[in-house]
Amino acid sequence: MGRRVLVIEDEPSIAEAIGFILARDGWEVQSHDRGAGALELIRAQRPDLVILDLMLPGRTGLDILRALRAEVETAALPVLMLTARNQSRDRELAESCGASRFMVKPFCNTEVLASVRELVAS
Amino acid sequence: MVPFNVLLLACLGYVVFLFTIAFVVERRAERQRIAWLSSPLIYTLSLSIYCTAWTFYGAVGYAVRSGLEFVTIYLGPTLVFVGWWLVLRKMVRIGKTQRVTSIADMISARYGKSNAIGVIVTLLAVAAVTPYIALQLQSISLSFAVFAVEPGTGAHPDLAQTAIWVTAGLAVFTILFGTRRLDAKEQHHGVVIAIAVEAVVKLVALLAVGAFVVWGVAGGPADVHARILANESPDWQVVPGRWAGLIFLSAVAILTLPRMFQVLVVENADERHLATASWAFPLYLFLISVFVMPIAVVGLDVLPAGANPDLFVLLVPLALGQDVLAMLAFLGGFSAATSMVIVAAIALATMVSNHVVVPAWLALRDAGASGDVRRLVLNARRLSIIAVLSFGYLYHQITGGSAALAAMGLIAFVGMAQALPALIGALYWRGANRVGAAAGLSVGFAVWLYTLFLPSFGPGVLLSAGLIAEGPFGIGWLRPQSLFGVTAADPLLHALFWSLALNTLAFCAGSLLTFPTPLERVQGARFANVFDIQTGTRGWSAGGAEAEDLLVMAQRILGTTEAQAFFQAAAAAQGKAGFLPDTTADFLEGLERRLSGAVGAATAHAMIAQIVGGSIVSVEDLMAVANETAQIMEYSSQLEAKSEELSRTARQLREANEMLQKLSVQKDAFLSQISHELRTPMTSIRAFSEILKEAEDLAPEEARKYAGIIQDEAIRLTRLLDDLLDLSVLEAGRVQLKIEEVSLRDLIDRAITASGSVAPHRRFTIDRDISTEAITIRTDAGRLAQVFINVLSNARKYCDAERPRMDIRVRVEGPLVIVDFIDNGSGIPKKSQALIFEKFARLTDQMQAGGAGLGLAICREIMHKLGGEIAYVPGQGGAAFRVSFLRVLPAAEVASEAGADRDAAA
Repeated sequence: MGRRVLVIEDEPSIAEAIGFILARDGWEVQSHDRGAGALELIRAQRPDLVILDLMLPGRTGLDILRALRAEVETAALPVLMLTARNQSRDRELAESCGASRFMVKPFCNTEVLASVRELVAS
Repeated sequence: MVPFNVLLLACLGYVVFLFTIAFVVERRAERQRIAWLSSPLIYTLSLSIYCTAWTFYGAVGYAVRSGLEFVTIYLGPTLVFVGWWLVLRKMVRIGKTQRVTSIADMISARYGKSNAIGVIVTLLAVAAVTPYIALQLQSISLSFAVFAVEPGTGAHPDLAQTAIWVTAGLAVFTILFGTRRLDAKEQHHGVVIAIAVEAVVKLVALLAVGAFVVWGVAGGPADVHARILANESPDWQVVPGRWAGLIFLSAVAILTLPRMFQVLVVENADERHLATASWAFPLYLFLISVFVMPIAVVGLDVLPAGANPDLFVLLVPLALGQDVLAMLAFLGGFSAATSMVIVAAIALATMVSNHVVVPAWLALRDAGASGDVRRLVLNARRLSIIAVLSFGYLYHQITGGSAALAAMGLIAFVGMAQALPALIGALYWRGANRVGAAAGLSVGFAVWLYTLFLPSFGPGVLLSAGLIAEGPFGIGWLRPQSLFGVTAADPLLHALFWSLALNTLAFCAGSLLTFPTPLERVQGARFANVFDIQTGTRGWSAGGAEAEDLLVMAQRILGTTEAQAFFQAAAAAQGKAGFLPDTTADFLEGLERRLSGAVGAATAHAMIAQIVGGSIVSVEDLMAVANETAQIMEYSSQLEAKSEELSRTARQLREANEMLQKLSVQKDAFLSQISHELRTPMTSIRAFSEILKEAEDLAPEEARKYAGIIQDEAIRLTRLLDDLLDLSVLEAGRVQLKIEEVSLRDLIDRAITASGSVAPHRRFTIDRDISTEAITIRTDAGRLAQVFINVLSNARKYCDAERPRMDIRVRVEGPLVIVDFIDNGSGIPKKSQALIFEKFARLTDQMQAGGAGLGLAICREIMHKLGGEIAYVPGQGGAAFRVSFLRVLPAAEVASEAGADRDAAA
């Protein structure tokens, strides 16, 4: 079972927090701070899970998600969506685009950890 | 005898006095309208520049030589003014509707805005007015010489020396008077008022000398009559042909002389003033000529034979020991000469710069290139003034300063009369076209040069004596003073007849044999029917042009303030907010007229054509010109008004609708934005506090770092809440303003220092004019500083120039202080300009930019509270924000009233 996670998040301190939590649990964590170039990075790194923020500069998280699901290699890649806007419309949209799970900020650290474990295991 | 130095001092004092009047009036006219300044009385007095030194000194000389013939020079204008509604009213009306700047501009505007015509008329005017200016120089230097006679010897000092000093003095005087300010309009209130004062001085002076002569020297009117009969000479016979010719000539002169056109048409404030001038101006002419004959005959009696009759006005009081009267007469003559030279030089300089210099500059440079056209125009005018006066001086030198004053003036009259056929054609004949006008003007100009102007230098100077006597190459019928073998006793009438006859012939033939261009047809109809057509036809088709490009160009010609005000007003008339109106045909037409007020019709047309891409006279326009029965005109103008109104309403509705839609979208977005902005820092805070709580094995420096992040994010959260609170308080109008007195300069200093902490690594050059900032203001200084800091910080964050620069310009406009902040970045795209003052309207998604996107929204609210506004000004070569506020904020404006008033007004 792979243990590599890619965090795509533009707020540096949030990316750092997630990185810290996962690293302590033994995950290998990489992060990227904008929408542009995210897809290329995923293709090159082939992580086991992607944590994707919904609002990103350059290209939105939804865009990236749609592109991932359209490609054969990444169609089944587990994607954990994060958003700071608690709107049901956002959740529906994310789910219809193929998000594996949807979490609203602020989140509980243990919940993030549990979700990551579950998603990679399945 | 008055010492020469005292005389010189009196002259200088008088000039300073005039300049002060002009200066004060101009300053006051800038601030408010002065009712008496644009009164019919001032208008009539300003018209009296018709009476120059020629009238003041020359008329008496003329009377001594030729008896009553001098009266013809005043009969012509009298006839024109009594019949003012025939020609003058039409000229003034066209001058106003077309914003004409000179006679060359009017003629060129009528003939298809052809600059070639403008150039011909300008050359003609410069050539014709040269002898006229020489006449003034001669009279001033002669009158100086009278006072400067060496005691004992009776020798005159060097006349040429006097003339050159007089010329230089007048040049300086005229430049100071006429080109002191950059003004988009061709009106000079200060000059007009100075002329009016001079008109009074010369009239009083001549009446005083006249009264002294009639009742002080002679024994009253009866005695004067007896003396006239006693002095009668054979030269005083009335020659009917010459009388008719001279009356006609002076009537033409008052219409065509550049300086008369300037005061009559360009400086005219109200068409109705003509009605008053129609009797008041002839009355002035009567008063100023009533004592000419008495002064002439008494002069002949009391002065030694051989005294220069052109100086009798001065010599009679001097000979009889009346020094004060002589001094007054001297100042009167000085007034008459200076006022003519000033206005003539200004009028000619306007023509030269509008028709020669600016078009040449435009042709040599790419129109898109930047540069302030106004400075060029001003310098061109200053140089033209110097050139025009130098020509006058040269003419005076070459002719030897010996000719009688009246003879020199008449040469100028005949020269300017060559503009008559083209002018009358412009006003009344729709078939006239530019080929005809150019032909007529050129032929008339050439004949005048050959038959009158060149011979006036005397045989052997410019034309050889042989040529004048025998004709060129001995061809007798080409002799300058008897063309086609018609030997007239009078070279003046001979030249007048032939030049005007051939001119008119060429004008009619050229117009009949060629076809006018579409633009000429349109202009021809506008000129001929100026009283009937109200709406007029358009020369531009809508669309195509970018309003912003036009604004940039207009700013170069009219100056930023004026151009922006014009665009803002045009946008408001279309029901739009901001500085950029739709480029409709109406708007382009209005803009062209406005520009032509500054640089002339031909240049304005060419400049707009360069941006809009060619002037378009549409088929509809030509049809409109063709079918102008009254009924169709009325019907179509009603329709036009209706559709205008409809389209304005539609535009307003569309804008309101767009605004509402945007607002509704923004309301939704606002809530979700707030959620986002609050949750983001909260996420970091929660995540790191959980880490700190649960992980016991953290290294101390790690723990400190995470605690630091929590602290930063908590501060960010607080700031966001503060901003939100600030905004809601401002919007609800519950804010308490702390009004205090503070120096604007200190406030700007403070804002610059405070904003320096944003992006401290960027080196920003700040360009200020400290002197304009020396203003004490009474307002909420803290709030105002907040706005300044916000604008400056934004520039530091977003200005994308390699060497960022910020221009801070301050000016006071009425009760408002206006501060412009202009950076040199790429500015804000047009589609975003309306949005930036909305909440959370960050243009880039860079969260790193800091702030929550509420800054400008808060600024907008603050400025409303301070009785002003903050606006984005397009077309300044970078992002430009204009902050305006009341210099003194009244206590009543504090708190909610200001906001409520504004909303009610909006």
